[in-house]
Amino acid sequence: MTMKYTEDHEWLRVDGDVVVVGITEHAAEQLGDVVFVELPEVETMVAKGDDCAVIESVKAASDILAPLDGEIVAVNDKLVDNPGLVNEDPLGAAWFFKMKIDDLSVLDQYMDEDAYKDLIG
Amino acid sequence: MADLKRTVFYDLHVELGAKIVPFAGYEMPVQYPMGVLKEHLHTRSDAGLFDVSHMGQVILKPKSGRYEDAALAFERLVPVDVAGLAEGRQRYGLFTNDEGGILDDLMFANRGDHLFVVVNAACKDQDIAHMRAHLSDVCEVIAITDRALVALQGPKAEAALEGLVPGVAAMKFMDVAILPWAGVDLWISRSGYTGEDGYEISVPEAQAVAFARALLARPGVAPIGLGARDSLRLEAGMCLYGHDIDQTTSPVEGNLTWAIQKARKAGGAREGGFPGEARILRELAEGPARRRVGLRPEGRAPMREGTVVYAGTEGGEPIGTITSGGFGPSIEGPMAMAYLPATLKDGDTVYADVRGKRLPATLAPMPFHPTSYKR
Repeated sequence: MTMKYTEDHEWLRVDGDVVVVGITEHAAEQLGDVVFVELPEVETMVAKGDDCAVIESVKAASDILAPLDGEIVAVNDKLVDNPGLVNEDPLGAAWFFKMKIDDLSVLDQYMDEDAYKDLIG
Repeated sequence: MADLKRTVFYDLHVELGAKIVPFAGYEMPVQYPMGVLKEHLHTRSDAGLFDVSHMGQVILKPKSGRYEDAALAFERLVPVDVAGLAEGRQRYGLFTNDEGGILDDLMFANRGDHLFVVVNAACKDQDIAHMRAHLSDVCEVIAITDRALVALQGPKAEAALEGLVPGVAAMKFMDVAILPWAGVDLWISRSGYTGEDGYEISVPEAQAVAFARALLARPGVAPIGLGARDSLRLEAGMCLYGHDIDQTTSPVEGNLTWAIQKARKAGGAREGGFPGEARILRELAEGPARRRVGLRPEGRAPMREGTVVYAGTEGGEPIGTITSGGFGPSIEGPMAMAYLPATLKDGDTVYADVRGKRLPATLAPMPFHPTSYKR
């Protein structure tokens, strides 16, 4: 299963007919210890670039932007009770939300792993 | 990072894997590989070593050779009992301005025939100029530029330092002493900025790195950055100058009346006689309109500096602003300080605007985490 990456340090993974969204290891490391996560409501329609989740570390607050147009179909409530999961397993257990989108080809605009690694140097 | 200064520990910070950020004109470690959260908890469970060499160290040496003369001169600038401080003891103080606002907060110690003063990094140049302008008739104002300053804080600090510098265990909270280590004098106080027992130690720069390495080799001692220093002091209810107190806030509004001893209050032996005395004595008598208070947000969302506070869930004008806020690792939840109307009391609920939503927070006593000083 291939991952795609945004310039905002989010990862996207296709899982059946939905796209799972999280933040990259690099982002988690830069944020530091995460102490608070606020997730969007399920069944919300979002447009690419909308603020749709909030992540706060010991240092600062950051917004998670919707990477695509679509509907939020699931959120990871475990992050609300255990924000530290974002630091422990950012690419796995600490997914943020799942989106349903009409056309998966829009993912092509995003970087693959090699391109993302080049971005973060 | 041109124009930024480095402390003598810069290379050691880098060697220890610190992430360096600009702070008060210096390149300082904000965190080490342990990370802010674990560094905070480590300081509370073991011991943390902090580089605070960016702070200003100043000696006020009376021309007469008598402590009392320096003390009475210093009292012109602070609403604090300096003359009544016993030899070998340290006290918290504040420089006030003519409007009763706070120019800086500081620590000063009676070292027998002179005063030793430690001021904030960001204010040290103007503080030294301020002291020279107002004290030079009585004192020589000597800026100490060849000594580093470290803080060793936490329950294992006493054993760690006693192993290197015998005698420190006998000191009590806010005692000061000059003790030898490796042939040089260490200027030691039993105090800090974390709410933990611990020490602040001034060491000649030439021996400072060796001293820090010796401390780091002691059981339980880890290097701690500015990130954890901030969450530790906030849990301890302590002010950060420029945020929780500044030139517009009086000591009474800042909830620092405990720092103004009886001798300087109305009816005291040396009543008034400090900048801004009209406002400060009036507020002591009548109470201030607003006061710095502690807040515990009800949910998990941190309420950061600058967050606006309201009395209710809808409408109305703001009643105050949060001046420091974040997550307290030891209290496992968010905490904040705010200036709010003095009519509010502990247990009252207010509402802070976090990303457009008014979230409830309760006025709470400080410190948020109990202190553990060796009194």
